[in-house]
Amino acid sequence: MPHDVIAAAAVPPVMRGAMRPQPVYVETPLRAFAVATIFWGIAGFLVGVYIAFQLAFPVLNLGLEYTTFGRLRPLHTSAVIFAFGGNALLLTSLYVVQRTCRARLLGGDDAAWFLFWGYNFFIVIAATGYLLGVTQGKEYAEPEWYADLWLTFVWVAYLVIYGGTILRREEPHIYVANWFFLAFIITVAVLHLGNNMALPVSFAGAKSYGAAAGVQDAMIQWWYGHNAVGFFLTAGFLGMMYYFVPKQAERPIYSYRLSIVHFWALTFLYIWAGPHHLHHTALPDWAQVLGMVFSIMLWMPSWGGMINGLMTLSGAWDKLRTDPGLRFSVAALGFYGIATFEGPVMSIRAVNSLSHYTDWTIGHVHSGALGWNGFITFGVLYWLVPRLWGRTQLWSAKLANWHFWIATLGILLYITSMWVSGIMQGLMWRAYDHLGFLQYSFVETVAAMRPYYVIRALGGVLFLVGALLMAYNLYRSVRAPREANAALPAATAAA
Amino acid sequence: MFGIRFNHGRIERNLILLGVLTLITISIGGLVQVIPLFTIESTIERVGGIRPYTPLELAGRDIYVREGCYTCHSQMVRPFRDERERYGHYSLAAESMFDRPFQWGSKRTGPDLARVGGRYSDEWHVLHLRHPRELVPETVMPDYAFLDRPLNYADIRERLAAQRSLGVPYTEEMVANARADLEAQARPAEDGAAFAARYARARQMDPDGNPRAITEMDAIVAYLQMLGTLVDFSEVTPERLRQQ
Repeated sequence: MPHDVIAAAAVPPVMRGAMRPQPVYVETPLRAFAVATIFWGIAGFLVGVYIAFQLAFPVLNLGLEYTTFGRLRPLHTSAVIFAFGGNALLLTSLYVVQRTCRARLLGGDDAAWFLFWGYNFFIVIAATGYLLGVTQGKEYAEPEWYADLWLTFVWVAYLVIYGGTILRREEPHIYVANWFFLAFIITVAVLHLGNNMALPVSFAGAKSYGAAAGVQDAMIQWWYGHNAVGFFLTAGFLGMMYYFVPKQAERPIYSYRLSIVHFWALTFLYIWAGPHHLHHTALPDWAQVLGMVFSIMLWMPSWGGMINGLMTLSGAWDKLRTDPGLRFSVAALGFYGIATFEGPVMSIRAVNSLSHYTDWTIGHVHSGALGWNGFITFGVLYWLVPRLWGRTQLWSAKLANWHFWIATLGILLYITSMWVSGIMQGLMWRAYDHLGFLQYSFVETVAAMRPYYVIRALGGVLFLVGALLMAYNLYRSVRAPREANAALPAATAAA
Repeated sequence: MFGIRFNHGRIERNLILLGVLTLITISIGGLVQVIPLFTIESTIERVGGIRPYTPLELAGRDIYVREGCYTCHSQMVRPFRDERERYGHYSLAAESMFDRPFQWGSKRTGPDLARVGGRYSDEWHVLHLRHPRELVPETVMPDYAFLDRPLNYADIRERLAAQRSLGVPYTEEMVANARADLEAQARPAEDGAAFAARYARARQMDPDGNPRAITEMDAIVAYLQMLGTLVDFSEVTPERLRQQ
């Protein structure tokens, strides 16, 4: 009898008597994740714009150790990937897992708040370390051992909270978005542990040396580095895609069977692609060829995912005219398709001999990062932020439209200028004059880059301006007065 | 096709099964690519001359890592005609076998540095690091004048000890004398016989010309000046360079 009383009390009054009582979803901490996503996004874009201008105008290094390109570049990459992208992934995975499982988050608000403060504390100690010169010197794995240990702790908690929520589900099936989020959480844990095995010089200091050296360290680093792209920036964001694109289009996902093939092919193939970052290096040829072959095969599941997302809009393409959030999501899938075609091309050893070490790589990364990760996150934020604050309307669809076109123009300036400068520099390095001597000294190629660096930086400015418009638009949206019938919790609005 | 759907339904209803299968799926590629690099001996070419960094070079290397030089400079000459003519012999795995972390890099905003050792004078490096545009007007490299400050080498012995416990062939004697060797290398006026006996092909030097202080500038120039100089390629045969 007392058991029944408690069970009844746990059901919110508004839900009593409903056919299927809904759990009370954890929402307030998710607002903090949304704010952090926007904040770190703008911070990361700002640092990116600054270091882009440094490459055109080196006086901007200011002669201070804290503001040199070498220290700010990891700050930019970590801010956009792990702070902006990471908070977006935590936000969406915790939102999606509750709704697709019809279960309240394991541990409730406290668990979500722990993840929020724990993860963002990691960001802050890593970022302040970079400015002070604390780094492991491995791309996208710069945080030193103490930050890595803390992240490991937070990440295990994330896996437990996320997996525990799935175990509580009322739905018999685990929805496809959760497969991708789960693969992202598991694989990032494996990568993080594998690439950060290190011995601190002393437990009182920040410095450590890694367990592997030289060629083995290089292979492990790019196994990690490429799959930070593959599982952090791809699998996790595909989890977003599989929930929010159908939500925005108000259509079920195009093909269940394609989802299955997409998931297993992507997770199996991606992990092999790392060696394409090490073409023509001292890494043995067999490993380079494996990396190339799997990178080319990766084109297929990548486009399978894109097709599954785009075809979901069948019969709903008209919504592109009225829903700016959906427009971002669809454009994101387009950029995803471009980037995942360009990547396999660049992984071919002959192409890579030209593209590697040049700005072509930088342009490629940004067509994925700005176009895919940035745009799909913006699309989700335009849809989700008003709902998290109990609003149904965006303050201004027109302003979101401006954001879309300004940011798209910014991306186009960015990637086209980097194509030109990258291919030009690659060709200049290997150019011979009619007497058979190298035609250009290295510094002549540096001087030739300058106009393109200015164009690239302007592209970055446009992308940043767009994000500022979004922040203002979302601020006004959640500050708008609630309509009488619109004050629904997101739980009901989105179920 | 019905079979696939039926089986997959089981996976979708079982979190543990889904998680374990995912873990297996994502583990295969990494294991196949990483483990053989530790077990196939010819991964590291059989060449002579490679030695661990001297304490001063190691301190300089740690500054190179700290400043993120790898964000603009590679240390990996590829086996192309133009790179051979611009930088020298292509890089060997053996040449970075003690590098923690490896610094092969992924971008050449500036030139490759794998063989920069000995190409310029110590003085050129000091002036260039302080104010690059005074020597190369078109460069976009930041000023590193702030490296003209005392090198903190209080824990140099611990650094060598950590490397030794990770497998770098520093002897106990090298670890015990780390501090003395660092100072001996940075003070050319002093007797460096004991230091030279421990580290082949190492040169005593005071790049910034200030005998009163051992600076970060001294350390990083010592590191740059040894890059790519250890292997004598006149003694190397193609057979020794072949990787499986």
